[in-house]
Amino acid sequence: MTAPATANAVQDDAAGQLLAFPAPETARATRDSRPLRLITCGSVDDGKSTLIGRLLWDTKAVKEDQAATLRRDSSGKQNDLGLPDFALLLDGLQAEREQGITIDVAYRYFSTDKRSFIVADTPGHEQYTRNMATGASTADLAVLLVDARVGLLEQTRRHATIATLMGIKQFVLAVNKIDLTDYDRARFEQISHEFRELALSLGVRQVTAIPLSALKGENVVYDGRASMPWYDGPTLVEVLELATTRSAQTVGFRLPVQRVSRPGESFRGYQGTVAGGSVKPGDSVVILPSGMVANVTKIVTFDLVRNAAVAGDAITLVLDRQVDVSRGDMIVAIDSQPLTGLAFDAQIVALQPDGIQPGKRYWLKSGSRRQRVQVQPASQLDLKTGKWEHAEQLSMNAIGKVHLAFDEQAIFDPYEQNRTTGAFILIDPDTNNTVAGGMITAKRSALGGIHTEDARVILSLPADLADQLMATELFAGRREDAEVRRVSAGKASEIIDTIDG
Amino acid sequence: MPHTHPETELHNPQSTKPPLDPHLKALENEAIHIFREVAAEFERPVMLYSIGKDSSVLLHLARKAFYPGRVPFPLLHVNTGWKFAEMIAFRDEIVKRYDLDLIEHVNPRGAAESVTPFSHGSALYTDIMKTEALRQALDAGQYDAAFGGARRDEEASRAKERIYSFRTPDHRWDPRNQRPELWNVYNGMVRKGESVRAFPLSNWTEVDIWRYIQAEDIPIVPLYFAKKRPVVERDGMMILAEDQRLELLPGETKRDEVIRFRTLGCFPLTGAIRSGATSLDDIISELETATVSERQGRAIDRDQSGSMEKKKREGYF
Ligand SMILES: Nc1nc2c(ncn2[C@@H]2O[C@H](COP(=O)(O)OP(=O)(O)O)[C@@H](O)[C@H]2O)c(=O)[nH]1
Ligand SMILES: [Mg+2]
Repeated sequence: MTAPATANAVQDDAAGQLLAFPAPETARATRDSRPLRLITCGSVDDGKSTLIGRLLWDTKAVKEDQAATLRRDSSGKQNDLGLPDFALLLDGLQAEREQGITIDVAYRYFSTDKRSFIVADTPGHEQYTRNMATGASTADLAVLLVDARVGLLEQTRRHATIATLMGIKQFVLAVNKIDLTDYDRARFEQISHEFRELALSLGVRQVTAIPLSALKGENVVYDGRASMPWYDGPTLVEVLELATTRSAQTVGFRLPVQRVSRPGESFRGYQGTVAGGSVKPGDSVVILPSGMVANVTKIVTFDLVRNAAVAGDAITLVLDRQVDVSRGDMIVAIDSQPLTGLAFDAQIVALQPDGIQPGKRYWLKSGSRRQRVQVQPASQLDLKTGKWEHAEQLSMNAIGKVHLAFDEQAIFDPYEQNRTTGAFILIDPDTNNTVAGGMITAKRSALGGIHTEDARVILSLPADLADQLMATELFAGRREDAEVRRVSAGKASEIIDTIDG
Repeated sequence: MPHTHPETELHNPQSTKPPLDPHLKALENEAIHIFREVAAEFERPVMLYSIGKDSSVLLHLARKAFYPGRVPFPLLHVNTGWKFAEMIAFRDEIVKRYDLDLIEHVNPRGAAESVTPFSHGSALYTDIMKTEALRQALDAGQYDAAFGGARRDEEASRAKERIYSFRTPDHRWDPRNQRPELWNVYNGMVRKGESVRAFPLSNWTEVDIWRYIQAEDIPIVPLYFAKKRPVVERDGMMILAEDQRLELLPGETKRDEVIRFRTLGCFPLTGAIRSGATSLDDIISELETATVSERQGRAIDRDQSGSMEKKKREGYF
């Protein structure tokens, strides 16, 4: 592995360079990681915008002139505490200010001595779920708000579910407006308990519950011990400072080719951002979908010819032989390749009023690759019961499982393994609008043992294997998707031969 | 502009520079990704170049993105005739040094109807000489994508804007109906006449910009550094009184002050700040302790809350 050497060099240099800075910057020199990306989500009026406004305010990210504007804009709408309306720091659109709601996601930036943060404030209304999904897609952590007086709502469940689907694994449950419950400890514990059950059913293990008042700034940046002596856990900012950023992806090297650089006869390079793994000169790679093999000779960047590149790096790759590579192709590690095929399973969130129509042909864009796809909805998540119900089409804001059928080879990793090469958007060719965000779950095979009938997978397995499979936890959650047929061992091996062949 | 030069940069001028810290590196990677994506997906991209610090960073990133090739699109400078003289000199030097294609556009109405910030007031002047001029230039070039250096931390309505910001054929932004933008998968599909504004610096803050300028040794207009300069006080702002385009009003007097600029635009509308910051180190430490935002020095932003959104909806960058 070459990565550690590179990483050290970066850190040493960064530290050396920052030491030359005047005092205030040196404090931030400990910031050696990427900024933490987080979202606030939850139902309308639970206090999302107020909470971020408070975070910005208490970390001194609001400058004097902005504070003066805020005071001016809040006058008349002042709450009984005489505090400015912090949400106005976020709700920057005229329509939002007029209606007192958040319509679209706002990105804001703040930092503490320990770290910097990119925070997305998302709307609570169901009709603007698409904007919540926009914020969630890039987040490392979700702060889910509930109003302490009200508790969990359907919208809370929807947001928790979307956040989980989109790969967020760290949650903070902010039990907000605790000041309005007289700092009721029992109420806090009851809501935390309810949420933990929901989280568990979604497979989320990292949950920190915090009682807080966004408006008064208790347990946000400063602790709320004076009002809540019974709470001795961390403040919100303390949790955020310790959270982890999306870990480097573990699958093999992936480079979706954005463009081919041919500035002159003597140079041909493939430009893109490394979407997984790492690469160094001498590595053997495969170009997909063609399957041609080549070796890496050089990694070119403006600054220097590098001896390695890792996930996230924007590079230009030079190969040792003339191969046909164009935009939309993927250059991958020879010993750890993604899935290629004409049929895949995915989960999607429908984002527009027309929903997702069965059999309609959409554009699918993933990485730099755009291709035609037919989308067949199979089931939809019922948010009240947490169960997947059979569905023919998906309406706006629905979370569904779908089958994707392509005319040309598609290239993906499961989203669980790679949040870049497993993600896609659907574009309606009639409106050019983005109508869904999707996450690949698996490849479907049209061959032998696995085939579809009424959008269900049929598994033909030897009887003992079938029984074992049916007993697994994994399968328990997918009963609606698959049917297991018991066949003799001889028949099963026949089927397997046709797959391998 | 014809090109007869060799197409690759043979020398790599920065090869001895230490690597960036991971925070700036992540921002740089994201910006390069956006540049390449837009250049590959659109037929006629253009880069808005305003000569300020953000534009300087934007240009530097474009050169990095397409290295060893040339920047594969022209730069568009919407001039008003009222830019600081030092900005224009700097622009011409940069275009020569990096072998760039520059398109300059001035709204012909400006000269014909003698539109000035003094005669028409800052709002109308900005509308004609910047907003209208930009629309003219974009229409004339039939550009389907325009890169801009806007950052989300600049202003509340910018904080809401997508990285690919969709515009109707008459350049309008509909903040209530933006396309969802998930992960780093950008939807670049537009019909004829429609376009996107692409913002590679969306996630950068003002401090990031300065730290990057320092780390990458990016040339910037000297007006950003403190120096003793002649100024007059007008509408609560200190205006540079360096050339004959500024007529002193009755009661106004010139005086020398040690000042610099935090943002650059049209000199009659851009307020200087008192500052002794003569180096990038100084500027960064000044910023760390600054108590006002950078836009405070701009006359056009101060009229009312939501004024920027209004301008943007009408096509202002
Ligand atoms: N008393 C009290 N009021 C709050 C608190 N947080 C938010 N609010 C109020 O709740 C209302 C809705 O807040 P807002 O931030 O717009 O909610 P959002 O829709 O989730 O973004 C506003 O009037 C806030 O002032 C809190 O902790 N305590
Ligand atoms: Mg809100």
